[in-house]
Amino acid sequence: MGATVTTTATNGKTWDGGNEPMGASYGKMMMWFFIVSDALTFSGFLAAYGFSRFKFIESWPIADEVFNHFPFMHGVDAPMYYVALMTFILIFSSVTMVLAVDAGHHMKKTKVAVYMLLTIIGGFIFLGSQAWEWKNFIQGTYGAVETKGGLILQFVDKDGKRVALGDFAAHLPKEREQLTRNKGVWYMSESHATPTYSVEQVVEGFKANPDLLIRSEFNTKDKTKTVLSREESLKKLTDVKYVVEGANLIRNEYGHKLFANFFFFITGFHGFHVFTGVLINILIFFNVILGTYEKRRSYEMVEKVGLYWHFVDLVWVFVFTFFYLV
Amino acid sequence: MAHTAHESNTKRIWVVFGILSVITIIEVILGIDKPKALYMTNLLSMNLLNWIFIILTVVKAYYIMWAFMHLEGEKGSFRWSIVGPLVFLIIYLVFILLVEGNYIFDVFKNSDYRWIF
Repeated sequence: MGATVTTTATNGKTWDGGNEPMGASYGKMMMWFFIVSDALTFSGFLAAYGFSRFKFIESWPIADEVFNHFPFMHGVDAPMYYVALMTFILIFSSVTMVLAVDAGHHMKKTKVAVYMLLTIIGGFIFLGSQAWEWKNFIQGTYGAVETKGGLILQFVDKDGKRVALGDFAAHLPKEREQLTRNKGVWYMSESHATPTYSVEQVVEGFKANPDLLIRSEFNTKDKTKTVLSREESLKKLTDVKYVVEGANLIRNEYGHKLFANFFFFITGFHGFHVFTGVLINILIFFNVILGTYEKRRSYEMVEKVGLYWHFVDLVWVFVFTFFYLV
Repeated sequence: MAHTAHESNTKRIWVVFGILSVITIIEVILGIDKPKALYMTNLLSMNLLNWIFIILTVVKAYYIMWAFMHLEGEKGSFRWSIVGPLVFLIIYLVFILLVEGNYIFDVFKNSDYRWIF
């Protein structure tokens, strides 16, 4: 403690510049305080997510069932593996970043450049992984229907296994055309693409398959979703208003609407940070190659962008916990 | 910068990477397995498994901030000016919001005045 007391105060040079309060240079300190404010922003988002989740604690989707894809393993239930891989990619790019900083302390230009390049590549791989994750999330797997009250109903067979809409929806001769502005009154149009199946098709298909049951959003005591009986299921189907495939900002097949909204917003905001981090890293990488810091005799810039990059990693650690684990 | 001679920290970096990896693997194993003894419990509105996840996450955050972001090499006052506000504000915000969320859940589930809430 007592680090703010500078020795220069006694000989009148306090305001002459060159002081480093708390032993950190201006740029580094400002980067840290930016990180503090950004960390509070993310905390606000994640706390809001927690608020909504506690508010709808009985009907929140189970993350394991939503994020269970892995590249080249189609149809295999692989919860968590993919995000764990993404976490490793980001942690590893953090390691190469800190190695670059370390090499910078020893003024080893080539080493700094190589490690920076590895960090950038890691960042791009992470961004690509996230795009793939989003693609799966938006596309959806099974499809569901939504009632007038906004509840999502999913379909399962006798063993409780999920069934996709395409596996049972009846093929009715009726054509369903998307309403566009030039086909109706000017203010009438549908903003979202027409689902593959209409409500009638799903209902008819359900009636024709006596083995099917409906799974509601609500949790049982065993922390799984409630499966309705056949009678209850048929009764519930009379309330159905929409067919939902995949996810968008209005509705999603996984359950509560806020779940997808928070997912898009928080992982999107984090992905945006990763993207800017990669851009800044590229800038610094070129500066390293051009020898800017060699001339300056200091690689502190690498350290500062390193702080930002680690921060991005730090946020992901929390996003990983609260979206996928908890 | 350049106040202290920088000895190479590469060994420390790899050790921390190992620790972070092990913690992540433990988290993933627990997350897939979900042992009933932990998952079906309740401590302060959360099950023990979630508490473990959160504690492990904070441990990871500690290592990232202390080793990678090199807070361990900064002066105590600087460290506190960063960590202090974060710890206080985040705990405060989370506490308030989660209690409120839980309360609203209770109102809609059990109360007689949900029609006026």
